[in-house]
Amino acid sequence: MSIWNRHKIFETNSLVLIVGILLVVAIGGLVEITPLFYLKSTIEVVDGVRPYTPLELTGRNIYVREGCYLCHSQMIRPLRDEVERYGHYSLAAESMYDHPFQWGSKRTGPDLARVGGKYSDDWHVTHLKNPRSIVPQSVMPGYSFLARTEVDASRLPDHLRTSRIVGVPYTDDEIANAVADLKTQTDPDSADVAAFTKRYPKAVVRNFDGQPGNPTELDALIAYLQMLGTLVDFKLYNEKANLR
Amino acid sequence: MADIDIDKHTGTATTGHEWDGIKELNTPLPRWWILTFYACIIWAVGYWFVYPSWPLAQSYLPGLMGYSSRANVAVELSKLEAIRGDKMVALATAPLADIEKDPALLALARAKGKVVFGDNCAACHGSGATGAKGFPNLNDDDWLWGGTLDQIMQTIQFGARSGNDKGHEGQMLAFGQSGTLTKDQIVTVANYVRSLSGLSTRQGVDLAAGKTIFTENCTVCHGDNAKGNQELGAPNLTDKIWLYGSDEATIIETVTNGRAGVMPAWTDRLDLATIKAMAVYVHSLGGGK
Repeated sequence: MSIWNRHKIFETNSLVLIVGILLVVAIGGLVEITPLFYLKSTIEVVDGVRPYTPLELTGRNIYVREGCYLCHSQMIRPLRDEVERYGHYSLAAESMYDHPFQWGSKRTGPDLARVGGKYSDDWHVTHLKNPRSIVPQSVMPGYSFLARTEVDASRLPDHLRTSRIVGVPYTDDEIANAVADLKTQTDPDSADVAAFTKRYPKAVVRNFDGQPGNPTELDALIAYLQMLGTLVDFKLYNEKANLR
Repeated sequence: MADIDIDKHTGTATTGHEWDGIKELNTPLPRWWILTFYACIIWAVGYWFVYPSWPLAQSYLPGLMGYSSRANVAVELSKLEAIRGDKMVALATAPLADIEKDPALLALARAKGKVVFGDNCAACHGSGATGAKGFPNLNDDDWLWGGTLDQIMQTIQFGARSGNDKGHEGQMLAFGQSGTLTKDQIVTVANYVRSLSGLSTRQGVDLAAGKTIFTENCTVCHGDNAKGNQELGAPNLTDKIWLYGSDEATIIETVTNGRAGVMPAWTDRLDLATIKAMAVYVHSLGGGK
């Protein structure tokens, strides 16, 4: 019996086969996944990246819920044409607090990794309600219900707490203020704005959907879109130290 | 595998299994396939040493070629800069007025401006720069913040109500929300505003009263003759060009809730040569002063 025939032992004994498969997959995982957790070069060290504000996190959940990732990527690859069109290529650090990340691999619509600040809130409102009213050739569906749906904040503190378990550094203070912060970010006249922006530096406080009243899902989604790719200051970014 | 069963029709060995009298042939893989397979394995081992591969305790095997996708894109971009060459530098350094005088530079600026406009501006202003409700048409000669080359450049660089310190400020106030004007007064003044550009007015509206309301509230920004003020981004109300719409309901909405459309600042997003090309392109669209 040559060594090539030994696989008969696996093929005729399902338990041995299962153990064998587990062993092979475990080795693969050990080699391919584990190093990402301890190698310092996996995530660049950059200033500015902070956890999402409660409003942005809510917007991000809506982005995932509506399946935006099916048509929009959030990953500018280090290729000339992409950098020319979208701006600096994406860094791992920019999605370090994403669970799960939204890199995507399908671009029916444009990449959104640096869409923050590119268009006005008004444009996002008009475009999300009815994309073709402003981009006639668009094939994107309309999401007009977002403007009519108030954010359900009841699970928000739990969401922050859960994020903390998987490594997002939310403080007790941030978790305790999650629901209040959600409202503060849509109300520039609020007395809590200073405390809020101290908790979340560079966070933009605006009435994103232009409607009075409680934060809507449209507020949340636009707040999320308007911060995408804006946290890292590339004037301070050390290009040479982060070559990979 | 003591007794190998040979299929008598093909002369090929069978696997020795039998299902309802049917036996499976054990045809060996073609030799070329087996050899390619082994060659691929050897190729993969070579790959480990040439390109970044195995993780180590502190780092990873960088590979003999020192391959880096990020270094590559930097090289690609600098090559691109070299290809574009002196003309791009000239575009960045030449005064705006001189770009329009130099035919070669003008052609370059317009070509580049068109591409960049498509990537960045068309979402709001439309691919033909014809605008949309709330987003100005850039082909006409009606300008909110001024239509000279320098003014267009300024608006692209720093935007309007963009949060940039050098951006244009000033907005249409919410006369209804703030309680400055009553609903009736707003209807009256809206009809007066329509009359300024020769549009029909509602029966029974006192236009003289509308004029008084206009003089007391609106002329500060829109001017005594309602021709607007580009310092404040206040539109000319006597022409037939309307940013949000000329029907009575839209004008009432504008006066009641105010307007403050935002043009983003592009100075941190695009380099100077690109912004200048865009300014020249927009200026050349037909309405440039």
